[in-house]
Amino acid sequence: MTHLGYLIAGWGITLVVILVYLVSMFRRARSIASQVPSGRQRWMTSSETEIRD
Amino acid sequence: MKQFMHDLLLVAKKDLRIEIRSRVIINQVVPFALLVLVLFGFALDADQKTLRAFSPGLFWIAVLLSLLLAIQRSVSLETANDSLTGLKLAGLSPVAIFFGKSVAIFTQLVFLEIFLTGGIIIFYGSVIEDPTLWVVAGLITALAVSVTGTLYGALASGLEVRETLLPILLLPVLAPVLIGATKAYSGALGETVSNGWQWTGLLSLFALIAATLGSLAYGVLVEE
Amino acid sequence: MSAGKMLKQNQGVTSSPKSRLLGFATLLGLVTLFVFAFFLTDPDVRLHPTTGEEIGQFDAVRLLYLHVPMAIIGPYLAPLVGAVASIGYLIKRTPWWDVTAHAAIEVGAIFCGLVLVQGSIWGRPVWNTWWEWGDVRIMTTLILFLMLLGYLALRRVVADEHKQARRSAIVALVAAINLPIINRSVEWWESRTLHQKSTLSELKIEDLTFFTLMMGIVVFLMLFTWLVLHRFRLGWLEKESLKQEALTAIEERRAVAVTNEEETS
Repeated sequence: MTHLGYLIAGWGITLVVILVYLVSMFRRARSIASQVPSGRQRWMTSSETEIRD
Repeated sequence: MKQFMHDLLLVAKKDLRIEIRSRVIINQVVPFALLVLVLFGFALDADQKTLRAFSPGLFWIAVLLSLLLAIQRSVSLETANDSLTGLKLAGLSPVAIFFGKSVAIFTQLVFLEIFLTGGIIIFYGSVIEDPTLWVVAGLITALAVSVTGTLYGALASGLEVRETLLPILLLPVLAPVLIGATKAYSGALGETVSNGWQWTGLLSLFALIAATLGSLAYGVLVEE
Repeated sequence: MSAGKMLKQNQGVTSSPKSRLLGFATLLGLVTLFVFAFFLTDPDVRLHPTTGEEIGQFDAVRLLYLHVPMAIIGPYLAPLVGAVASIGYLIKRTPWWDVTAHAAIEVGAIFCGLVLVQGSIWGRPVWNTWWEWGDVRIMTTLILFLMLLGYLALRRVVADEHKQARRSAIVALVAAINLPIINRSVEWWESRTLHQKSTLSELKIEDLTFFTLMMGIVVFLMLFTWLVLHRFRLGWLEKESLKQEALTAIEERRAVAVTNEEETS
């Protein structure tokens, strides 16, 4: 396979960045989830109290 | 309509009067812009030929950097005494306030452009071959950046990190203006064969869209 | 902590049975795409019409299946979704639109950044340059990327929830409206675009290549949707936790006020 370095760099950087983003997102979600009462964690369950500004 | 023009001029005059009294434009912004021209001279080359080739771009970079200063000042005028609330309470429409503030910045920029034109003629030895294009493109660009700047000034106002946030929000948006104005001015200087009037058309389109969108968005912003 | 363990613990926080299904399908799609892109499709090899030499992109063409789908989503679809959601917010003024706009633009910014990096990596062997200033798509994507970074910077500034949502919506809208103007200005600026003439039209798009490209588009659309879904749920949690913090602060102050009153009386 020619251009193997470029291929690894192109695909590799993309997958690694997305994975890191995903893990950071999960980590943050887990750390703040405890501060929110379980009934209000999701849009589906907390939408009835939505207030317009 | 008459009321609208009256309100607009009222706001513009108020801002300009404060600017004239404080002399910040003449004492700080104009020297700053000229300093930018001189710094480019140090950074690029002592050779006038190089500087002449880059002079349209350097001219507009100097204008944009000075615009940031002018916007910051315009915003701090409102936040300092909370005069925006005052203007709204006085029954002025947000659209009139928006255009009034834009006109004030526009006037300052035109004033600045006159100095900068002198600057590049003296420092870089530029020769303006098409003065009409120079003036028209200069006015339209000043209009485009002043309406955009007024909107973004309002967007960043009242936030703690206003000074650093404003450039990163505003400058990318003004990228097409920088390209267009630079091309129009290289046409006017005869540096390159470029269709300066076509670029002026693009600048006008930008100014028109920015003015329409800006006046609508400003209304949304000052609801606060 | 390992990523796998993290995924398990995440259950119930930002994932749901349906999103897990989508995530699983996306993962499967990525693996299939990888197999097609690297093993089933042929490298781009053509014979020069006169000299008979082997020319083409060879295996570097395998970046096509990654770059083109992401380049459709990052600089086009994501800002479009962000702008539509921002208009939705300005009309409806409900947090759903605001959180959606934020999610689409954040994921879009990451896609744009990656597209620029991939393009640079692909451009080196194919166009013999890391960067081409006159290229319309590169420059438009770069300026859009910078505008999206500005949007994200504005979102990180601590401000009143409604104020921030309103300002962010305007910034997103301006970015989207500005996009065609930027495109046009770069096109006029330097008309030496590398993209159109040397990628898609010149490649021999065979059936399998075309199929793999379409599959790539579908897979990355799934990935985008999945990421935006999780980002939305995280955004919702962030919004609610701020609200909760404010409520707790009020409660505490009230409690202090009550004890003070009791002490004085």
